[in-house]
Amino acid sequence: MSSTFFTASPHWRWLIVAYFFLGGLAGGSYFLATLLDLFGKGRDRRLVHLGYLIAFPLVCVCGLVLTVDLGRPERFWHMLVQSETLRPILKMYSPMSTGAWALLLFGGCAFLSFVAVLAERGWLGWPLLRQLSPPAFMGRLVAVIGALLGFYVAGYTGVLLAVTNRPIWADTTLLGLTFLISAASTAAALLILLAPWGGASDDSIDALERFDASVLALEAVAIAALIASLGRVATVWLSGWGLLLAVMMLGGIALPLYVRLRRRVPRRAIGPVLVLLGGLIFRAVIIFSSDQLT
Amino acid sequence: MAEPMGFFTDTTVCIGCKACEVACKEWNQLPAANGGVRPLSGDSYDNTRRLDGIHWRHVKFIEQFSADRRQGRWLMMSDVCKHCVRAGCLEVCPTGAIIRTEFDTVVIQSDACNGCRDCIGACPFGVIDINPVSGTAQKCTLCYDRMKGGLEPACAKACPTESINFGTIADLRKMAKARLGELQHAGEGRAYLYGADEGMLGGLNSFYLLVDKPEVYGLPPDPQLPSRNLKSSALWSVLGAAVVALTSLISFRNRGRGDV
Repeated sequence: MSSTFFTASPHWRWLIVAYFFLGGLAGGSYFLATLLDLFGKGRDRRLVHLGYLIAFPLVCVCGLVLTVDLGRPERFWHMLVQSETLRPILKMYSPMSTGAWALLLFGGCAFLSFVAVLAERGWLGWPLLRQLSPPAFMGRLVAVIGALLGFYVAGYTGVLLAVTNRPIWADTTLLGLTFLISAASTAAALLILLAPWGGASDDSIDALERFDASVLALEAVAIAALIASLGRVATVWLSGWGLLLAVMMLGGIALPLYVRLRRRVPRRAIGPVLVLLGGLIFRAVIIFSSDQLT
Repeated sequence: MAEPMGFFTDTTVCIGCKACEVACKEWNQLPAANGGVRPLSGDSYDNTRRLDGIHWRHVKFIEQFSADRRQGRWLMMSDVCKHCVRAGCLEVCPTGAIIRTEFDTVVIQSDACNGCRDCIGACPFGVIDINPVSGTAQKCTLCYDRMKGGLEPACAKACPTESINFGTIADLRKMAKARLGELQHAGEGRAYLYGADEGMLGGLNSFYLLVDKPEVYGLPPDPQLPSRNLKSSALWSVLGAAVVALTSLISFRNRGRGDV
């Protein structure tokens, strides 16, 4: 029996599931906006704006959710600053420590890009702020740093679970990879869903849908590899949780892929909604199936 | 630094009186669970069941009986924080609340802890949990306050059979080896020491003499540090990020239509 079965649950539950999901969406929509900015066309501008516009509110919600989840919410700042000496604290080998800093800095980049979009759209009458969005040098700098941090925020949560001694989480090293790919697929789905509201061009949405389909295929491979890497521990999922995971893989990955490949009819929201639900269920399965093993 | 201090718990002489549990709760002013009304476990004479934020000592009763209950034995073990030389909880704690003391013990500073609970999942032994009164993670401090005053920890003081021995690690290891030799000489070939050398997490500063497999006592056979997974998890994630970026390059670049 794996030694991970002799440990106690940290009682990370719905708030943490919500954070993993929303953090993935925030990081994902930001890095997608930047990638679209770097590799896309001029007509993708509206979609790029949309990515930056949703990243910042989402990361704010993330901070709030994490704070509420603490045993002592008023001490949230102890994550960054030592309470007695007021000196900053960063432990490179503790994913929660690096993650707290990444989330803070990512929030900063997301804020700058957010106000830059407001300025570019003319909703904020301060032209200087446009310097904060690409192709201005400052804008590129913020976007690239923000995208790297976005990747970090999207993936470190899986690494954080692996760097414990809990069953399932610490029995594989593929959770970070899987969460990151899932963040890309769910963020793309959210952008596709909101694109018409954001005024994105059909061509931009097509490109994003192509991207989402490829990433969903990658996600299926990653989850299969994750299950294989668990070895005998995977038998834990011979339960309702395994059933839910199977439902997630069929409904949240296979079905949206099928809808996408068969598409002759006008664009439908059903695919992206299923992908988003799948991403949420996947994180819930990972968290709760381990939580139940005391 | 003072000399490393710790516990050697000889489970073969534990009688399950739970005096250590009571002394620990008394000295550390730990609250009663469930308003003092403790539901019975129903399948054991042990109703504490596990270590948590308000139980820093727990005497485990391992009741081994044959199906017809003609044959059987009781194993008793007073469980506590292992004060690992390489401690998983200390490794992951993001606030720096968990420290190593001058006695080479591991202590959670309750005024710095913010209740993130990372240490609970990181502990290889399932020792730590939240104390609902403070909202912070708590566990055995090896009676840091008593040691500062030159006293032995409350549990060791209360133990009537000297199952719990307190002292310097060097002395305790000598004592444990002598006791092991004595038992083996007397024909108890199953006896062995758990965590008494550097092989397990650099050494457990609270180690045990056991007479059955670790799993039987609810102890992990091969406890590890959480950071063992850090490098490979991080590398896989970087690979994932690279693949996602590459996929975006292919999807966003090749569109076969106008190039504006």
